[in-house]
Amino acid sequence: MLHMLTIPLDACCGGFFLLTAIGIVGTRQMLACLRLYMVQALFLVMAAMLIGIELDSGDLIAVAIITLITKVIAIPWVLKYTLGTEIYDRREIDQVLSIPLALLISAALILFSYFVATPMVSAVGQPFTDINLPIGLAGLVLGAFTVTVRREAIAQLMGLLAMENGVFFASISIVPHLPIIAEISAAIDVPVMSLIIGLLVRRIHKRVGSTAVGDLAALRED
Amino acid sequence: MWDSILFNLIQVAVIVGLAPLVEGVLHRLEENVQSKRGPNIFQVYRDIWKFLQKDETVSAESSWIFRFAPYVAFVMPVFVVLLIPVLTRYPLFLAFMGDMLAAGFLLALGGFFVSLAAVDTANPYGPVGASRTRMVGFLAEPVFMIVFFTLSFMAGSTIPYIVQAGWTATPGGFFEPVHILTMLAFLMLILADESRIPVDNPSGHFELAMIGKSKYLEYSGRGAALIKWAGAMKLMVLICIFMNVLVTPWGLTGEHTLIAVLLAIPLILLKVFAFIIVLVIIESSLAKLRLFRISEFLSAAFVICILAMVTKLMTS
Repeated sequence: MLHMLTIPLDACCGGFFLLTAIGIVGTRQMLACLRLYMVQALFLVMAAMLIGIELDSGDLIAVAIITLITKVIAIPWVLKYTLGTEIYDRREIDQVLSIPLALLISAALILFSYFVATPMVSAVGQPFTDINLPIGLAGLVLGAFTVTVRREAIAQLMGLLAMENGVFFASISIVPHLPIIAEISAAIDVPVMSLIIGLLVRRIHKRVGSTAVGDLAALRED
Repeated sequence: MWDSILFNLIQVAVIVGLAPLVEGVLHRLEENVQSKRGPNIFQVYRDIWKFLQKDETVSAESSWIFRFAPYVAFVMPVFVVLLIPVLTRYPLFLAFMGDMLAAGFLLALGGFFVSLAAVDTANPYGPVGASRTRMVGFLAEPVFMIVFFTLSFMAGSTIPYIVQAGWTATPGGFFEPVHILTMLAFLMLILADESRIPVDNPSGHFELAMIGKSKYLEYSGRGAALIKWAGAMKLMVLICIFMNVLVTPWGLTGEHTLIAVLLAIPLILLKVFAFIIVLVIIESSLAKLRLFRISEFLSAAFVICILAMVTKLMTS
């Protein structure tokens, strides 16, 4: 028997999860973008904890703890280590679309992912899927949208990481006993990915003088 | 029936009488945050009293609209108070005369007349402020509509009393994302509509940067007093709707006695005070947005309330 408050609380975590995903699309400041990603990971942790406690699944609680360590602590640390002033600097991010337009498109994308996910919910048949699956899918789509719409390498990295968050948000409800080995592999994978992208971005910055990869449209012959 | 009418009148008296106090406390707290002593919390009463004593000067170029607008602006919040829950949980005498949409339209009508009056004078700053207010209004309108639609869909009714009862009936429903996101969108709506800091600086004295205030520059004497009083009342009405219908739907009296209704007054003041503290925190920690970034602020509010609606409609 599910506790009365668990589903609303999980839904609440999901709502804020989506809100931070939209924030990553729409924010102007570099540092705010990173902080929003951390907050998003925190809501993922809270949802995993709630579902883990409710379904009595030790695996999900372990997932929550690993997510907390990797995404809230390790990734910002890795980015600070590799990028330093590039990210811990007050500066604005360039966008292909204007922010109101990007926000409206992301609202449409959320609607789209609800339309796609709703028929799948009944096929899974787990208690939290009807909340987590559409929100996770929307997080995935919004992350992809961030990657396309931003002209800045670090903000694109945030989009990639947000996509990964979305996938996990959906999967914790579909597979309540997510094998811990899968989560550990992802937990190692994601910081390594951000390390590699961080180092790459640093090389780009050294070479070109900025990290606005949207401007790198033409090849130059030496 | 007679006591219901009496309670309704008490409700109106509370808003009309205490709204300047609320604004005074707000000014005082904001100055205190900036390490100043701040004006007395009764200063707004004194200002209104002083304005009422003075002669009114009206431009010879202006028409009847200019003289008529302060009365409309003053009366509209009073009408709205008749429709919303301020002190009692049960609907009062006139509660079914209009719903939340009517409340929104009544407040918008007051704003419309003030804008017309600002255009009516030959002061160049009036039309500038009026057109900017209209711009913010256009952008805020879809947010208002969707917030209204979501709330009435949740409660199955458009009467604010029934919406308020809907949140208290199910404790789990309070934490649903639709509720919290709607709260957030409504808060942004209040900030935009009341010309508060991320959108406009209410304490600024620079005419070119004004949005809300430059509409009142031409008023003097009784007109200025009424406009000032109406502004305070509108703020308190919006706070009452926000707190009593959305954020803290508890604490309203359910009893039909005079004592219980009077005892509900300190509680509503406490809620308004809590909101004012949040408002002071927002206003002291954010910077005013540039004019063309207001659309970003309001489109964020729009996306948030779309999100609220989607999470409710598509999952149930």
